Amino acid sequence: MNKTSIKDSIAFKNREGNEKIFKYIFLSAALISVISVIAIIVFVFGKGIRPFFGDDAYSFTNFITGLRWAPSDNEFGIFYMIAGSLLSTLGAIVLGVPVGLLTAVYIAELAPKKIEAILRPAIELLAGIPSVIFGVFGLGIIVPIIKDISPQQSGQSMLAVILVLTMMILPTIISLSLSSIRAIPKSYKDASYGLGASKIQTIFKCILPAAKSGILAAVVLGIGRAIGETTAVMMVAGNNSGGIPLSIWDKTRPLTSNVAMEMGYASGQHQELLFSTGVVLFIFIMVINYVLIKITSKVGSEGEKR
Amino acid sequence: MNNNSKFSVEDLDLFYGDFQALKKINMEIQEKEITALIGPSGCGKSTFLKTLNRMNDLVEGVTIKGKISLDGKDIFKEMDAISLRTRVGMVFQQPNPFPMSIYDNVAYGPRIHGITKKSVLDEIVERSLRQAAIWDEVKDKLKKSALAISGGQQQRLCIARTLAIEPEVILMDEPTSALDPISTLKIEDLAVELKKDYTIIMVTHNMQQAARISDKTAFFLVGEVVEFDSTENIFNNPKDIRTEEYITGRFG
Repeated sequence: MNKTSIKDSIAFKNREGNEKIFKYIFLSAALISVISVIAIIVFVFGKGIRPFFGDDAYSFTNFITGLRWAPSDNEFGIFYMIAGSLLSTLGAIVLGVPVGLLTAVYIAELAPKKIEAILRPAIELLAGIPSVIFGVFGLGIIVPIIKDISPQQSGQSMLAVILVLTMMILPTIISLSLSSIRAIPKSYKDASYGLGASKIQTIFKCILPAAKSGILAAVVLGIGRAIGETTAVMMVAGNNSGGIPLSIWDKTRPLTSNVAMEMGYASGQHQELLFSTGVVLFIFIMVINYVLIKITSKVGSEGEKR
Repeated sequence: MNNNSKFSVEDLDLFYGDFQALKKINMEIQEKEITALIGPSGCGKSTFLKTLNRMNDLVEGVTIKGKISLDGKDIFKEMDAISLRTRVGMVFQQPNPFPMSIYDNVAYGPRIHGITKKSVLDEIVERSLRQAAIWDEVKDKLKKSALAISGGQQQRLCIARTLAIEPEVILMDEPTSALDPISTLKIEDLAVELKKDYTIIMVTHNMQQAARISDKTAFFLVGEVVEFDSTENIFNNPKDIRTEEYITGRFG
């Protein structure tokens, strides 16, 4: 028998080899992101740690606790920036979470289809607006209004930062809470209605508690977005050279602004200390990511024996 | 109208959009009895059950005609859905405890109806769990998640949760279809025990179950009640040939 079998074809014989090659192509594609993150960490940390060692080392304590940033006086304190970043983020979360959560609940449970058809694209568009446009809006509209009502001279202030950040984190909070609310099984709602609960009671006592892990993840991601935001914030913050913001009317200088504003022309130790600022920011982001992983892994195991 | 009638259903029609799911249903459901609703899938028995506590109100596009009264009061015109549901509790096909502790599950109903005092809640929780014959199994883990107990225990917990709102009627929608035989027997024993104090209406696919525990049985077919009589008559002397064919397993 001399029949030609598909098993004799060259392609068939080579298939195993091809499979291997493709596996490596996929692997190398996947490695690019890992390599990028490692490269960034090595580079930023390497440069950022250097100013604290050696003969002309800058005091790490002065750096981390300092209340003034004045490169011309060789003074590099970032504590007031850390405070500014954290306070602005806190403000944005305090405003953004309730608004975002109520919006998500409204879309998921209450809104008629027609209103949802307007709301969802609007929120998606808000998410897609470039950061600089938020900054322009903040500078053109929010800052002048604040200037009118503020007890201080300038409208550029922590309040302006908080308002811009609130707008920017809303889409994150809304869309993530929305999907966690939508993921609640209908049987929970049936059980609640079956016990004589009203719609509002069902939302607050049954749906939101059941969605809490997802909502928490949304909040943490919102914090990450707010603390890392640069361009828009830089345009409305005022970027003072020292002093912890004590009221919402005070100017502030978030960590991100500091790096973005001066990196272009800084050199020597000044430049390295900007990297150090980046390291501090990086550490905040890593903590946030760690918390996020903890929360989301809990979502999967929700209902297991606690 | 019979004096012991709890629910009285007159000429009930129900439509999902254009589709008529229930046709001219007339039924008198007796107090402190178990009424079983049987019939093939899609015959309308679950739809009928859900109409009794107005859970169908939540479905879009439903129209209901006819009259249902509970103790002589029209449930659509003289009662709101919330107060109706506190009198007519429901146990679902799949055990559906909330993702909270066992205690909070049972206390959910009393809490939404305004009971906040810890000692009162403790008492209701214990009483309801005892009535649902699950107290001994869970009394040491009331703070544990309700999702951590077995399916059969979850279903008895759901019954306890319903009992906690002190209903008069308990609707059960195939309460044992997701359970193993031993858990099923426990639920059946419990239903028989509960009928001393409650009126029970139960949808079931399991004909032996209907025969074992119910007092009255209604046979549904394509949206109509073919026959409604004492369980004994339905299973031993069915008047309608379709009932006989169904209970002897010739179709369905």
